[in-house]
Amino acid sequence: MTTALRCSRLEKTYPGGVEAVRGLDLEVQRGECFGLLGPNGAGKTTTVEILEGLLPPTAGEVEVLGRRWGQDDDALRHLIGISLQETKLAEKLTVEETLRLFASFYDRARPIDEVIAEVALGEKRTSQVGKLSGGQQQRLALACALVSDPEVLFLDEPTTGLDPQSRRQLWDVIRGYKARGRTILLTTHYMDEAERLCDRVAVVDHGKVIAQGTPAELISRLGGEHVVEFSVGGALDEAALAALPAVKAVRVSLGTAVLTVSEVHVAVPALLDHLKGRELTSLTTRHASLEDVFVSLTGRHLRDD
Amino acid sequence: MIRWRPFRELLLARMREALREPEVIFWAFGFPILLSLALGIAFRNKAPEKVFVAVEEGTAAAKATFATLVADARFDARLASAEECARGLRLGKFAVVVRAAGGVEFRYDPSRPDSILARTLVNDALQRAAGRKDPVAPTDREVSEPGARYIDFLIPGLLGMNLMSAGMWGVGFVIVDMRTRKYLKRLVATPMRKAEFLAAVVASRIVFMVTEVILLLAFGRIAFGMEIRGSLVVTFGLGLLGAFCFAGLGLLVACRAQKIETVSGLMNLVMMPMFVCSGTFFSSERFPDFAQPFIKALPLTALNDALRAVIIEGAGVASQWARIGVLAAWMVVGAFLSLRWFRWT
Repeated sequence: MTTALRCSRLEKTYPGGVEAVRGLDLEVQRGECFGLLGPNGAGKTTTVEILEGLLPPTAGEVEVLGRRWGQDDDALRHLIGISLQETKLAEKLTVEETLRLFASFYDRARPIDEVIAEVALGEKRTSQVGKLSGGQQQRLALACALVSDPEVLFLDEPTTGLDPQSRRQLWDVIRGYKARGRTILLTTHYMDEAERLCDRVAVVDHGKVIAQGTPAELISRLGGEHVVEFSVGGALDEAALAALPAVKAVRVSLGTAVLTVSEVHVAVPALLDHLKGRELTSLTTRHASLEDVFVSLTGRHLRDD
Repeated sequence: MIRWRPFRELLLARMREALREPEVIFWAFGFPILLSLALGIAFRNKAPEKVFVAVEEGTAAAKATFATLVADARFDARLASAEECARGLRLGKFAVVVRAAGGVEFRYDPSRPDSILARTLVNDALQRAAGRKDPVAPTDREVSEPGARYIDFLIPGLLGMNLMSAGMWGVGFVIVDMRTRKYLKRLVATPMRKAEFLAAVVASRIVFMVTEVILLLAFGRIAFGMEIRGSLVVTFGLGLLGAFCFAGLGLLVACRAQKIETVSGLMNLVMMPMFVCSGTFFSSERFPDFAQPFIKALPLTALNDALRAVIIEGAGVASQWARIGVLAAWMVVGAFLSLRWFRWT
């Protein structure tokens, strides 16, 4: 496997002193779908825009497909595809006019019919962009990135603000592109998106990578793959909960306790026994997610703003 | 280097976007025509007004005096009773009242200019009718030929003003709008070359400019019988230079602005002095002498004056070098600074 993207000791300080990225290291292999997972303001977009050659880094090294920005810009622009966060394409142009415009910039563009079919916008090809739904606009933005048949695809929060069905449609397009052996770097603050699409993820917080690995690896680092959440009236004894069999970690906030457990069938009976006589208002068990990884690493939720 | 395909697609995209926006069509094409129609009608040349004069009845010479005045097309003469005459004069119905008895007595109000004028004209007519010979023979020539009317003055001015506002908005506003939508950033992320984009924006302005000039000149010709005395080629050449000049200034105000409000403010700041001073609606010569060098250095003044010289007076290029130089200087400065300072994101 060869490296598609690499950045080392990347730093970005904006004029005015905001340190968006503070020494970030990343290596993405060819053919991999890599996710940058983190809350808003973690530095994900800044990192991606530096890799896309749209922002100069304050310090650090960046390599894309073995080339560097500032030396091989025109070649790199032909090799990468980009979908920015919140780009509004020209509202008065139709789907096919927009794609024909974007295709005209590339030396070797794909036939636009093929791209329109790939993002399932065939019925909308003569509709104006302003009349498309959010999901359709987002698929068109993706089509503008795919029209050049790029080696690397950068997607900055591709499904933010979309309904579940639109998200699934977009995921299908991304998986189709990945199946052709191409590389993807995407940012998201949806853990389910990262789990479904990404081979590996890096959890980013305050401009640094705080954990990296496959979603399964990160979850297994919690010590247990399951989560038991419950709430009861009255105070909880954290130490006593932690001492229960198969319980690996305990977190209590606002009357709700979250236990990370290795074996649900061992932990739950012991827990119920422990809580005997008290009023249990809720009890749920689920598989641990990247959200739990993030909370255990930072003590905060991904969507806390 | 500009590649043909991206340039063509960018130009087509610009044109489609503009043409699918009804407001754009109205402000570019409809508004100047409506404005020239309204002003052309408001300031049209009227037939000269008649002088209202009354002759008091009852004297021996009244009939003869009345006959003299009625025969003269400049007067609207009445024969009326003394009482009616007094009342008419008081109410402003008559400008002057004539009482002919032996000599001739004029009753008029010296505080009313029309009254003074009427007295002079009536006196003149009566004296001549009575056989006065003017020692110096006067000859009158009335001037109201096409070319000297207000509408003839106005249309080249509107042409210039329209080239300015359409150029500034059509470039400045469009670019800042694209920047706020991050559309510029998306375009820069492709292998599109910056020169291709800017060339397409300016080229779309040129296409619109040609249409605007044709429409407004044709309208002036058809609706007001305006004559174009100079060469059409020179007129379009000036239009082209004006379009380039204001496209450059539009680019300059848009080169850093991050918000529509910022660019709108800047554009008004740049255009307002020229709306007022550059002689669109009235001659810029009316401003005091010390202000003239500044006013003459404004690009819109140069454009308006050159357009008027060519369209109304039939001047050739040779006599307009100074004005062409002013426009070219603004064009070069605007383009140079904006390309230097331009930000895509």
